[in-house]
Amino acid sequence: MSDWKFMARQLTRNPLSLMGIIIIVFFVIIAIFAPLIAPTPEGHRDAYMIPRDGYSATPQPPSEEHRFGTTQGQYDIFYGVIWGTRSAFHVGLVVIGVVLAIGILLGSVAGYFGGVLDEVIMRITDIFMAFPGLILAMAIVAVLGPSLRSVMIALTVVAWPSYARLIRGDILQVREEDFIEASRGLGASSGRVIIRHALPNAIYPTLVMASLDIGAIVLAASALSFLGLGAPEGYADWGQLTSFARNWIVGPPGNPLKYWYAVTIPGLFILFFVLGWNLLGDAFRDILDPRLARR
Amino acid sequence: MQQDLIRIRDLSVRFYTYEGVVHAIDDLDLDIRQGETLGIVGETGSGKTMTALAILRLIPYPGKIESGSIVFFDRDGGGELDLLKLSEDKMRSIRGNKISMVFQEPGAALNPVYTIGDQISEVYLLHRRQELGHRAKQRVDSLLSDGSGFASALRRPFWRWQSRLYDKIAQDSHSVEPRFLSHVPLFRRLLRRLRDEAKLLTVDMLKNVEIPDPARVAAQYPHQISGGMKQRAVIAMALACSPELLIADEPTTSLDVTIQAQMLELFRRIKADRGASVVFVTHNLGVASEVCDRLTVMYAGRLCEVASVEDMFLHPSHPYTKALLDAVPIPGKELQTIPGALADALNPPPGCRFHPRCPSAMPMCQRERPKLKEIGKDHMVACYLF
Repeated sequence: MSDWKFMARQLTRNPLSLMGIIIIVFFVIIAIFAPLIAPTPEGHRDAYMIPRDGYSATPQPPSEEHRFGTTQGQYDIFYGVIWGTRSAFHVGLVVIGVVLAIGILLGSVAGYFGGVLDEVIMRITDIFMAFPGLILAMAIVAVLGPSLRSVMIALTVVAWPSYARLIRGDILQVREEDFIEASRGLGASSGRVIIRHALPNAIYPTLVMASLDIGAIVLAASALSFLGLGAPEGYADWGQLTSFARNWIVGPPGNPLKYWYAVTIPGLFILFFVLGWNLLGDAFRDILDPRLARR
Repeated sequence: MQQDLIRIRDLSVRFYTYEGVVHAIDDLDLDIRQGETLGIVGETGSGKTMTALAILRLIPYPGKIESGSIVFFDRDGGGELDLLKLSEDKMRSIRGNKISMVFQEPGAALNPVYTIGDQISEVYLLHRRQELGHRAKQRVDSLLSDGSGFASALRRPFWRWQSRLYDKIAQDSHSVEPRFLSHVPLFRRLLRRLRDEAKLLTVDMLKNVEIPDPARVAAQYPHQISGGMKQRAVIAMALACSPELLIADEPTTSLDVTIQAQMLELFRRIKADRGASVVFVTHNLGVASEVCDRLTVMYAGRLCEVASVEDMFLHPSHPYTKALLDAVPIPGKELQTIPGALADALNPPPGCRFHPRCPSAMPMCQRERPKLKEIGKDHMVACYLF
C-alpha cells in the first residue's frame, strides 16, 4: 500500500508530471464517454465513421449545429476529434503493447544468452533498422492495403527493433551483476533469473521509452493517415482530419485565417495527446526506479 | 581421519578468449572433508574463485570445465554424485540447497529491486516447496477446525481448496494443479500462504545470523541496510537450506575490521552448529589462520601446498608459501614483496609455474611440472626441493 502512496506522491509533486496526468486522464475521459459527448446520429451505422452534412468541399465555420465547424467534405470536426481519441488510444496502446512484448522477449533472450542467438536476433534488427522508418511503414501499408489495421502492423514492424536493442543492452549490463550469479548459485533456472532478477532491473528505460513513444506512434499513424494511407475516408482519426484540412491551411487572399478551425483543432488534439504522454513518460522515470526511491 | 565430502580430481578449467586459451585451473586435485573449514589462498588470478565456481558449475562464458571429476558424497542419502556429469536440472537442485555460495561483495550479490525477505524467501520457495506446502496445510487445517461464525463459514470452501492444494504440493512439489494456478492472476492468491511460511522461516534465519529486529530488516531493501547487515543477509541466504558445503568467496574483503571479526565468529558458530564444511577463499592470511582447519595455497591455477593451518604457518615448505608469508605486513618492518609478476595465464612458463620468481629454482623446474608429494602428515607440496 505504501508503494502506491509513494507513487502518487512522486507523481503529484512535480507540476509537469501532474500536468501530464491531467492531460491523459482528460483524454481517457473523452474516449470513455465519447458516445455521450458526441452522440452518434440516428440511423448512422458505424459510430467510428464521421457523419457528414452535405458534400461541399469548403469547410464551414463553427455553428450551433457543428460546434467545431466542418472540414472538407462537410465532416463534423467535433465528432471527429472526440471519436478520434478512441482511435488514438487504440493505435497507441495496441502497437506499444505488441512492440513491448516482442521487444522484451527477443531482447532479453538475446542479451541473457548471448552467443549465436544474440548475433542472429541483432542482425535481424539491423536489417529492419536499415530502412527509414516512415518509408518502410508506407511500403508495408501499400502492400497490405490502406486500413487502420495495416497502419498498426506497419508501425509495429518499424518500432520493435529499437525496443529489442534497448532491452538487450540493459540486460547485458545487468547480466554482469553479482546478484544474477548469486541467484544462479542458489539454484534458479535461466527463465526465472531473466524474469525475476534481470528484467525488473533492466526494464525501466524501456517503459519510459514506451510511454514517450505512445505519442510518437499516434503521430506516425496521423502522418500515414495524412498521406492517405490510413483509415478509410471519413473514419474518425485525427490524422485524417488534418489531411482533410491540407488544402485549407491558408484562406483566400485578404483573410488567410478564414479556415483556422479545420487545421488548428485536430492539430491541438494531436499536440496535447503527444505532450501528455511525453510528460507522463518523464514522470515514470522518476517513480519506477526503486533505487532512486524511498530514501 | 575424517571422511571426504568433495573429491576433486584432475580438474581443468580453460577460457577460450580471442587472444588464446587461458588455463585458469590446471589438473587440480583437492579434497574437502566433512565438517572442516578449508582455506584457499593465493594472489589475485591464481584460480581461487574459479575453483569455487567450478564446484557449483557456474564457470562464466567463455570458460569451460575441460576435464576431471568433482565427486560429491551426499550425506543425506544422495550417495556419490559426480557433479560434472549431472544434468542441469539436477545441478540446480543442488545449488543453494546442498552446496551454496557467499559472494565477495554483499552489496552486489543482493538484487536492488527486492526486499531482503523476498530474496531469502525465494531460496525456500525454490528448494523447500514440499516442506512449505506441509506447513501451510497445517495452518489452514487449524483454521478449518477452529473457525466458527458467519465469516469463517463463508471462507470455509476456500480453506478446503487451499488445504487440498497444499497437500498436493506437500506430496509432490511439481504437482500440476498448484503449478498451473500459480500462473493465473487472482487464483495465485490461494497459494499465498506458501510465501507467508517462507517469510516466517526467513525471519528465523535472519535471527540466526544475529540480525537485530529481523522482521523489520526482512521488509527492507538492500540499500537501506549497512554493509555488515548485507553480508549477514547474504550468509543467511546461503545457509537457508542448511547446505552441506558453504563456499565463501572472500566474504570479509569488503568489510571493515570489526565487522570482519564478527563475521569470522559467525562462520565459526554456524559451522559448529550445523556441522557443515566451509571452503573459505581469501587472500588475507590473517583471516585464513583465524577460521581455517586446513589451508591450500594456489599459484597460477595449480596447487602449491596443502597443509593444516599450524603446519602451514610453522613449517611453510613451498618457496611460494614462504614468500607469501613473508609478504604479510609487520608494523615497523619494511614490506616484503615477491619479485616479478603473476605468471601470464595465456603463456604460462613451462614446468613449475613459479620458477621465474623462485629464489631456489633449479634447471629441473623449467622442464617438468612437479607432482604433489606428501612430506608429513596431511602435508603435501608440489616442489622439487622435497
